[in-house]
Amino acid sequence: MTTAKNQTVARAPAAPATRSALASALLNRRLWLGVLGWTLALVIFFPIFWMIVTGFKTEAEAIADPSLIFSPTLENYAEVQSRAGYAKFALNSVVVAFGSTLLALLIAIPAAYSMAFLPTKRTKGTLLWMLSTKMLPPVGVLVPIYLLFRDTGLLDTRTGLVIVYTLMNLPIVVWMLYTFFKDMPKDILEAGRMDGAGTLQEVIYLLLPLTLPGIASTGLLAVILSWNEAFWSLNLTSSQAAPLTAYIASFSSPEGLFWAKLSAASTMAIAPILIFGWLTQKQMVRGLTFGAVK
Amino acid sequence: MSAGRVTPAGSFPATFMVTDMNKTRTSGRTIGGLRTLSLQAPAVTLLFLWMIVPLAMTVWFSLQRYNLLMPGMTGFAGLENYEYLFTDPALWSAMGTTLLMVGWVLVITVVGGTLLAVLFQQDFMGRGIARVLAISPFFVMPTVSALVWKNMMMHPANGVLSWVAESLGLPAVDWFSSLPLTSVIIIVAWQWLPFALLILLTAMQSLDEDQVEAARMDGAGPIAIFFFITLPHLKRAISVVIMIEMIFLLTIFAEIFVTTSGGPGLATTNLAYLIYIRALLDFDVGMASAGGVVAIILANIVAIFLVRMVAKNLES
Repeated sequence: MTTAKNQTVARAPAAPATRSALASALLNRRLWLGVLGWTLALVIFFPIFWMIVTGFKTEAEAIADPSLIFSPTLENYAEVQSRAGYAKFALNSVVVAFGSTLLALLIAIPAAYSMAFLPTKRTKGTLLWMLSTKMLPPVGVLVPIYLLFRDTGLLDTRTGLVIVYTLMNLPIVVWMLYTFFKDMPKDILEAGRMDGAGTLQEVIYLLLPLTLPGIASTGLLAVILSWNEAFWSLNLTSSQAAPLTAYIASFSSPEGLFWAKLSAASTMAIAPILIFGWLTQKQMVRGLTFGAVK
Repeated sequence: MSAGRVTPAGSFPATFMVTDMNKTRTSGRTIGGLRTLSLQAPAVTLLFLWMIVPLAMTVWFSLQRYNLLMPGMTGFAGLENYEYLFTDPALWSAMGTTLLMVGWVLVITVVGGTLLAVLFQQDFMGRGIARVLAISPFFVMPTVSALVWKNMMMHPANGVLSWVAESLGLPAVDWFSSLPLTSVIIIVAWQWLPFALLILLTAMQSLDEDQVEAARMDGAGPIAIFFFITLPHLKRAISVVIMIEMIFLLTIFAEIFVTTSGGPGLATTNLAYLIYIRALLDFDVGMASAGGVVAIILANIVAIFLVRMVAKNLES
């Protein structure tokens, strides 16, 4: 933009023809960038688009040559529910993802509060240590967790998954809340304290309402991570507590190869999370990089 | 680490500190400390248990003769499990596969993510929507993306890719039987490219536009600007992307589980999948735990660098 302007200024006496040539060159540049950007975006998005489309085809159309001309049917959506009991798995996902997120927020809010507002010499060390627990590869502790779950009857229970997901996300939740709390203007809390608010009142009436957007995006990130988690769900659940990740995996067996049904089930499984992701993409970076990129 | 060097005063505006000190003076220093302790206690205790108990158990099991199929044969094994593990050709094949997966996915996502971030930073029609579409794969659960790719994209007869190849007069590729590892790498890269893009786009936003403008006035072309301004600016974000991806990519599991089950042969068995085979298919607890210890050590080598970097960032 500015380049063009400067050049036009430099050639002030030039005829209007040159100016419009420059303007059209600029327009051309924007046009080509647009074509390139959109092409790449559509190529990257294509598998998701194709999955959504296939969900509305019949099984015969799904394995025929790729085509966008067909009469859409909702049959797969109905059958996924009636034959496989999609709702049960969806309910498991909802309970586990939201349950673990609420629990993690409940444990993390006091911790993040004290780290942001009552820091001690050890605060930074504690934060970094929490981050380091996140780097423990799950497969490294698969054996003990599996045996502990087997012996305590937590195998294939939603409670078991809630426990694992809460702990899995706790470091990220504490970190993200900590960065949001630190961004909060200190004067406001101060004013509240002057007016005689105790810690609890300060948290409930000032901190939580003021940092609600931050807490919400932290919660959404935890929901997304739990919803999509597919190591523990595949290893610790079978039929009772299986969330959607494990249910979708059951389509991988050769006798379960129904593309249209797989697509319908997958579309339902990813739709809510895709929307959450679009809503929180900006704030999510903080949580995903532990505040190292803002 | 350098935790001791940071004083609370260093990280907070003076006004807050003054009143905070007043408060501690009236309520007594220990109460402040106690309060901090009790507020953090649940989080710290739970994470400590979550980390230490299984970790200790893994190390302990790795030194035991312990197979769930042979209940009679138990006892201390010393380093026997490690000996078996390190002389098992499957381990070295799995290490090689892990290395190839991590390496290729990193190259594709970091190079592709950087170029896409530069492109999506330019001004064009509907840029916001194009960005959203491009980062979407990151929010798709791994089992869905793996199965959608395996069936609808890469199926040798009915997949979109083979249809495209045929339309262009090229031979169709039977992705999962002739190029199993490449296929898994493509799927995983498709999931993580949007992650790199998302992080790098965020980092791009803090790029100083005036600096770019000044360089352009001095006659720098777009390529020079990219290499001498954009890339140095993104350096830190890129290394964060690399380290975070490495930690997650070291233990790719679901994508392999639903597509190839580690095969054909051991072609797509990485370290995580090998441990899974030993633990939950062979029920060899001792051997699987030894593998787990190796995975933990590998992840920690990367983690040390990442934690250091985050620590540095915390200071500034």
